Amino acid sequence: MALALQNFSTVKDANAALKAAGTRYLGGGTLVVRAANEGDVSVSSLIRSTEPALSAITVSGSEVRIGASVTMAAIARHPDLTSLSHAARAVGGPAIRNMATVGGNLFAPAPYGDFTVALLALEAVVGTDDGEVPIEAFLAKRESNHAIVTSVDFSLPVDGGFRFLKVSRVKPKGVSVLSIAAVLEQAPDGTVSSAHIALGCMADRPMRAKAAEKALLGRKLTSDGIAPALAVASDGTSPITDPIASAWYRNEVLPVHLGRLLLA
Amino acid sequence: MAKVPVQFTLNGAEKAEFIDSGTTLLHALRDKIGDTSPKGGCHQGTCGACSVIIDGELRLSCLTLAETCNGAAITTTSGLSQGGVLHPLQRAFLDAFATQCGFCTPGMIIAAKVLLDHTPDPSRDEVVEALSGNICRCTGYEPIIQAVLTAARSNSQNAA
Ligand SMILES: Cc1cc2nc3c(=O)[nH]c(=O)nc-3n(C[C@H](O)[C@H](O)[C@H](O)COP(=O)(O)OP(=O)(O)OC[C@H]3O[C@@H](n4cnc5c(N)ncnc54)[C@H](O)[C@@H]3O)c2cc1C
Ligand code: FES
Ligand code: FES
Repeated sequence: MALALQNFSTVKDANAALKAAGTRYLGGGTLVVRAANEGDVSVSSLIRSTEPALSAITVSGSEVRIGASVTMAAIARHPDLTSLSHAARAVGGPAIRNMATVGGNLFAPAPYGDFTVALLALEAVVGTDDGEVPIEAFLAKRESNHAIVTSVDFSLPVDGGFRFLKVSRVKPKGVSVLSIAAVLEQAPDGTVSSAHIALGCMADRPMRAKAAEKALLGRKLTSDGIAPALAVASDGTSPITDPIASAWYRNEVLPVHLGRLLLA
Repeated sequence: MAKVPVQFTLNGAEKAEFIDSGTTLLHALRDKIGDTSPKGGCHQGTCGACSVIIDGELRLSCLTLAETCNGAAITTTSGLSQGGVLHPLQRAFLDAFATQCGFCTPGMIIAAKVLLDHTPDPSRDEVVEALSGNICRCTGYEPIIQAVLTAARSNSQNAA
């Protein structure tokens, strides 16, 4: 393996080094070192920053900032992030969760990116040294991102307002057939006043189910109430086909699983 | 290829080596230091045979670059027996026929050790979850799960 690692104490210096050809940032390494082990020679140098802010979780009130180097295991055990622990635990087995970072998950191609699906439903903001970008815009252009992601910021949903589901064939840790995250708010009469729904494996990267979100507004979370949303759940999707499931299968089962999540 | 110095403790003993930058910990342990207890199965993060404990956490040595372990405390299966006496987990794996070809065994034992270090009296589900990153193609998992539960019981009896 022809790789060399360069360590920098600041993100600024690491960003400067990342401009050189053949360099890639090293998060937990679960994808990038795996690629190198597989013989991917497009990367000759890995860059890493040990700036402490990258590993910090800050919760103030309902505002959360998670540093890009924070692992899934750290999120899963954080006392203020219990509503998200299920989504963090959806990523790999225990050893993978001890290594997989939030930053790396943002770049993980389908069938990976389960925690990013949660962040997309939470409308997180992705931070770099150059500023902040809404996650949806970030994901649309992630291949052309040449700056180190430093953090993700989001507001914690109201109690019980966050729902997450990962569908896999091998339990408890197989990769996703699909994953769904929803952030829902309901008016006192039970009708949905706000809905953010994100899907994993229904395209090459996590995507929003905008038609379903719109169809839920003003509706109750009953079988009849959610029927219009389920009817348009697959709008705009372009699922992957892999050894776990075909695109056809993913489209067929999406409304079933979305229905279960909404009625849960 | 640039050589870089790496220092860590391995099963309590100080190790200091010059390695090629970019070397995985699995490679450094097996080919440089001579601890062949972590096995290279897939080199993809999928099989768990290369599992080691780094600073108390279960990690995959095939996906960890050795130079990121500077100053760390690393435990492998070869560090578990004391004075020729097998660790209770090792004993239980033998007694329960939880090892057949043995290739997955070091990783299984390491994953189980991390579990028992944090959760001395685990439920069956907790054992299954803790071993979920480790693949065994010989024993069918059940003897392994039983061995971990047996080791946990013998530990709690020792503590009582
Ligand atoms: C066996 C196995 C099972 C897995 N199961 C799952 C699963 O169930 N669900 C799931 O979502 N994923 C899964 N993954 C994929 C992966 O572990 C996770 O997606 C993880 O979050 C990736 O993070 P990382 O830090 O390891 O990424 P790395 O491998 O370090 O990096 C991945 C990519 O992101 C870039 N990158 C990383 N951090 C940054 C940053 N801060 N700024 C800019 N670029 C960055 C890297 O340069 C690289 O291109 C699995 C992987 C394996 C090997
Ligand atoms: S060799 Fe590391 S997980 Fe298979
Ligand atoms: S005993 Fe052979 S793979 Fe587990």
